[in-house]
Amino acid sequence: MDEKLIKDYSSPGRKGYSLPPLDVPEKDLNAGLGNYLREEPLALPEVSEVDVVRHYTALSEMNYGVDSGIYPLGSCTMKYNPKRNEDLARIPELTQLHPYQKDDQLQGSLEILHDLKNYLAEVSGMDAVTLQPASGSHGEFVGLMIIRKYFEDQGDLRKKVIVPDSAHGTNPASAAMAGFDVIEIKSNERGMVDPAALREAMNEEVAALMLTNPSTLGIFEKDILEIADIVHEKGGLLYYDGANMNAVMGYVRPGDMNFDVLHFNLHKTFSTPHGGGGPGSGPVGVKEFLAPYLPYPVLSKSEDKYFWDYAKEKSIGKVHSFYGNYAVMLRAWAYMVTVGGPGLKKTTENAVINANYLKTKLKETFELPYGEDSLHEFVLSGSKQKKEGVSTLNIAKRLLDYDQYAPTIYFPLVVKEALMIEPTETENIETLDRFIETMLNIAREINEDPEMVKNSPHTTVVRRLDESQAAREPDLCW
Amino acid sequence: MSTKEGLFYSEDHEWVKKEGKIVVIGISDHAQSELGDVVFAELPEVDEEFDQFDNIGVLESVKAVSDIFTPLSGKIIEINEELLNAPEKINESPFDEGWLIKLEMSDESELDTLMDSEQYKAFIEGE
Repeated sequence: MDEKLIKDYSSPGRKGYSLPPLDVPEKDLNAGLGNYLREEPLALPEVSEVDVVRHYTALSEMNYGVDSGIYPLGSCTMKYNPKRNEDLARIPELTQLHPYQKDDQLQGSLEILHDLKNYLAEVSGMDAVTLQPASGSHGEFVGLMIIRKYFEDQGDLRKKVIVPDSAHGTNPASAAMAGFDVIEIKSNERGMVDPAALREAMNEEVAALMLTNPSTLGIFEKDILEIADIVHEKGGLLYYDGANMNAVMGYVRPGDMNFDVLHFNLHKTFSTPHGGGGPGSGPVGVKEFLAPYLPYPVLSKSEDKYFWDYAKEKSIGKVHSFYGNYAVMLRAWAYMVTVGGPGLKKTTENAVINANYLKTKLKETFELPYGEDSLHEFVLSGSKQKKEGVSTLNIAKRLLDYDQYAPTIYFPLVVKEALMIEPTETENIETLDRFIETMLNIAREINEDPEMVKNSPHTTVVRRLDESQAAREPDLCW
Repeated sequence: MSTKEGLFYSEDHEWVKKEGKIVVIGISDHAQSELGDVVFAELPEVDEEFDQFDNIGVLESVKAVSDIFTPLSGKIIEINEELLNAPEKINESPFDEGWLIKLEMSDESELDTLMDSEQYKAFIEGE
C-alpha cells in the first residue's frame, strides 16, 4: 500500500468548498495590507473534500498507536487514554468558553482546574502547583527558573546543577537553558546514585540535584532520604523529574522523599494523549517556601469564588499564553476523578506487576544488566544477540513485523544495546504473553536466520527509512 | 572490527597517530560502528588548549549524541574541516579520511597512558 502526498492529488480549480455570493462591499486588500500582501497565491493543494478525507483516512489506517496494540516504550509511558476523558473534554459547557470571559462566567472550569491542582498536590506531597507549563521539559525549565529565582532572592548565586548519568536527556538540557552548569555523576554498579559520589560533587555552588525516582532503569533509589540530606546540608534543593511518577503514585510521595520541586507529565501519569508533539501539560509542584515564585496568575479561591491572582511580585512571570493547555488538564482531571485515590494506587500496582511479569519471562533470553528489584519498567541489553551480529535496532525493527510496537532502544545510555520496556497497567495477560512469545521468537530467529532479522521489517508499508540521509540532508519543503 | 597497528588508543575509543610533536586524533572503527551513522560533528577551534581527557567536541549519530575526549593534552593546530560537510567520512574511513583533529602535544609522556593496538583489541573484546 502506498499513499501519495496531498499535493499530488491537486488538480487546478478543484475545490473542497463553495462560498455564497459576496453580499457585503468588497474591500481593497492592497489598501489595507500594502507591502504585506503576498505577490503570488499560496501554493495550497486544490482538492475536493472527499480527496482530503480519503487521504487522511488512508494515512490513519497505516498508523500504529496505543489504540492498535501494545506500545511498550520505556520512559515514555504510552498508557491507554480512556475515551471517557475524551468525552468530557469535548462537552460544550467546558469547551465553548474564552479565557477573556469574566471569571464569574467561568467558575465551573476554574473549579475543575483548582481541584486538579489540589489533587496533584495531594498525590505528590507538595504544597502548591502551577498548571501552566506545556510539557514535561517545559516543567523542568520552569522548576529550575523557580530554583534560580529563589537563590537570587537569597543573594546566593549558585551556578551548578547535578544530574546522574542515567537521567533523561531533558534534565541537563533544561538546566543549561535555565543558565546552570551541569555536573554529571556516575551511577554505582547497581544503577543507583552513589551517595559517596554525590557527597563529593555537592558543595555550596550547587543549586539543585535533579533526580527521577525510580530511575530510568526502573529502580527505586532506596537511599533517597540520605541523598536528600546530602543536598540539603549544603543548602541545595532537590528536583524530582516526575517522568516515572506512575511507578509510585499512591504508594510514596516525592514530597515525603524531601523533594522541593517537581514536574508532572500529565500525558504519562494521568493518561492524557501524547499527541504528535502536540499539546502536552507539565504542571510544577513546589514546597511552601517556593510557592511565591510560581508563574502568575495563580488560580486562587476567596470565599466561594475562584479568581486569577496577578499580585505575585516574586513570581518568575508567565510561562504560557493564558493558563496553559486547558483541554489536556480536563482529561487529567477526568482520569483522576474517575479512578479515584484507590484506583490510582491500583493503577500503580498493575503497572509494576505487568513490568515485572515481562522482566521475569525475558531475562533468561536477553541480558538483564541491573538485577535490582524494579518497578514500572526495566532495561534489558541486546548484547548477547549483538555477539551474533544482530543489534538492538534490528530486534526493534523485527518486532514491527509482528504488528507490535518496539520498546525504547539505546536509552538509558548506561546500558549497552539497551531495550527499555514499559508495558503500562492497561495491558492484559494475553497481550503481555504475545509480546513475550514474539521476543523469544525473535531471539530464536537470530540464531537460525540472522540475516532475515537484520533486513527486517519485511511486512510494513515502508522498510528501513534512511535516517542518516534524513538527518544529514533534511528536505523539509515541497 | 579492525584496529590499526602503530596507533595509540584511549579507553574512550579515540586513536592517536604520532607525527613528531604533532598527533592526529580520530575515533576507532569500533567506536564508529557503535555510534552508527554520524550525522554531525562539532569540533574545537584551532589554537584552543586542552588537558588530557577534556571534552573537545561532540559527535551526533542517528542513535546518540556522544562527547569527544582528547586522549592527550595540547593545543589544537588543525581540525578536519571536511567533516563539517561530510561527517559520513568518520564511518567510511575512521582511521584515515575521518580524522578529527591535529594536536600539538604538551606532554609526550602521556602517550604511555594509552594502549597499543593489541591492548586495545583485548580491551574492546572484554568490554
